[in-house]
Amino acid sequence: MHWKKLLPRYLILILFSLVVVLPLSGMLLSAFKSETEVNASPFALPEQITLENFSQAWSVGHFNIFFKNSVIVTTVVVTVSVFLSVLAGYAIGQLPLPGRKWIYPLLLLGYMVPFEAVIIPLYNLMDVLGLRDTYWALILPQVGLSVSFGTLWMTAFFENAPSELVDAAAMDGCSRWQTLWQVLWPLAQPAVTTLTVLFFMWTWNEFLLALVMVQNESMRTLPVGLSFFLGRYSANIPLLAAASIIVALPTVLIYIIFQRFFIRGMLGGAVKG
Amino acid sequence: MKRQNHYPGESPWKGWLYLLPAFSIYLVFTFLPILETIRNSFYDWDGISLNRQWIGFENYVHLFQDQQFLNALLHNLVFIIFYSLIPIFLGLFLASLLSREPIRGFNFFRTVLFLPQVLSMVVVGVIWRWVFNPSFGPLNMLLRSIGLGTAARAWLGDFTWALPAVGSIGSWVQYGFCLILFLSGMQHIPEEYYEASSLDGAGAISQFWHITLPGLRSEISVALISTFVAALRVFDLVFTTTRGGPGDSTMVTGFLIYRSAFLQHQMGYASAIATVLMIIILSASVIIRHYQRSGEE
Repeated sequence: MHWKKLLPRYLILILFSLVVVLPLSGMLLSAFKSETEVNASPFALPEQITLENFSQAWSVGHFNIFFKNSVIVTTVVVTVSVFLSVLAGYAIGQLPLPGRKWIYPLLLLGYMVPFEAVIIPLYNLMDVLGLRDTYWALILPQVGLSVSFGTLWMTAFFENAPSELVDAAAMDGCSRWQTLWQVLWPLAQPAVTTLTVLFFMWTWNEFLLALVMVQNESMRTLPVGLSFFLGRYSANIPLLAAASIIVALPTVLIYIIFQRFFIRGMLGGAVKG
Repeated sequence: MKRQNHYPGESPWKGWLYLLPAFSIYLVFTFLPILETIRNSFYDWDGISLNRQWIGFENYVHLFQDQQFLNALLHNLVFIIFYSLIPIFLGLFLASLLSREPIRGFNFFRTVLFLPQVLSMVVVGVIWRWVFNPSFGPLNMLLRSIGLGTAARAWLGDFTWALPAVGSIGSWVQYGFCLILFLSGMQHIPEEYYEASSLDGAGAISQFWHITLPGLRSEISVALISTFVAALRVFDLVFTTTRGGPGDSTMVTGFLIYRSAFLQHQMGYASAIATVLMIIILSASVIIRHYQRSGEE
């Protein structure tokens, strides 16, 4: 294409990308500066790179503990939710299942309902069970909300799985279980990867549930930890910037590595979060 | 739904064996709580005492006379402008300018434009509190440096400006998503449609109305559902930036539920708000999905 046609397009893309990048890069730079430097010239490169802010957030601000909590909760939620969603999607897409007709709308309801609508009974339930301030209170409701979307997502895959392969496996005497893991599982990798990264992002960033269920500081996850940290150090931009990077870095890394899957999932109408 | 033929000797209930683990967790931790929220909304209950009192629709009657709730609902509607309408119009406009031919280096821009979607809203809130900071925030610094110092203000602490300020953070998060969604949708509109209409003498604007817009129907409805839901349930961002203030100028229903239930111990009243919010979100989703399907036939 001629450059006269191309140039305006690039200018549009650059301009609107800058709107995204500028606040992020200002924050990123701040994390490596001193407080006076940030307030004087927010977008200048640091005169002397300091990691002091990170170490202070990590140990004094207890982000080491929050990080550990987030890793534990996210790992369990994602693993369990993906596994259960695959089984449930296989059941709806491939197996004999009396009552199939009303299962689908029931799951769709759970997919559309936000945490705000169920947080009060969940809180009361965890309170009665004595599970507040435990990982269970963060894991179980998150799994419950995730599997509704996950089951619908995997059902879409299993409904369209190639029937020749499934029939051939049956002829060879494969059980349903073997057909799932030996024949269909390898084919399901793109769908499963997309589901995994979406679950990861939703769980890692989840805020309301962790805010309500946890009173004990040592049980906080990263987003809630950051929110309380903000209350205490609201004017210390470099420290807040370092803490924010600790919270955001894992999702940004996973996003960059798996962005094809991420974008496909979210463009596919995955609106939970 | 083609291959549900049973294997010889297989139980017709086999599917339930595979469905049950996910389904029971879903029932206990999502479905039953939905019903419980609705039930709680008919009670007067502080969340602590054992006896709750059935009061019928009283919470709802109270709700629709409660100026605070009506304001919160109004603010959610304002957020729809910022979360949905602005990003969708901007996305459509930019997508049509960028056109359908592939652009070299587009993957890089796509990665950047999508980035706000993956960040925790608390992180987004921290970043924008800094940008909007009255004394050392970059926005006021910029305004002062270009001689518009009188326009500089405490954006998030201003009764008039706090709501649009928080709303514009929502636009910042959503517009890249909408743009990418529409650009990827435009790849699927056959080029011949445009060629044929060019031969008929249709201009760019007419092509946009008659080819691009109908061709993007399903992308637009995905964008509408996800941004509508985000605007209606907004909580994290308000909690981080303003906590509903100053006064109640950025109070939204999500935050009102949290405050009534967990700070003021009005579980019944908060459940009524949650029920109304749930009905609004569900009906918005159903209406948009219906509109999408009716267009496909």
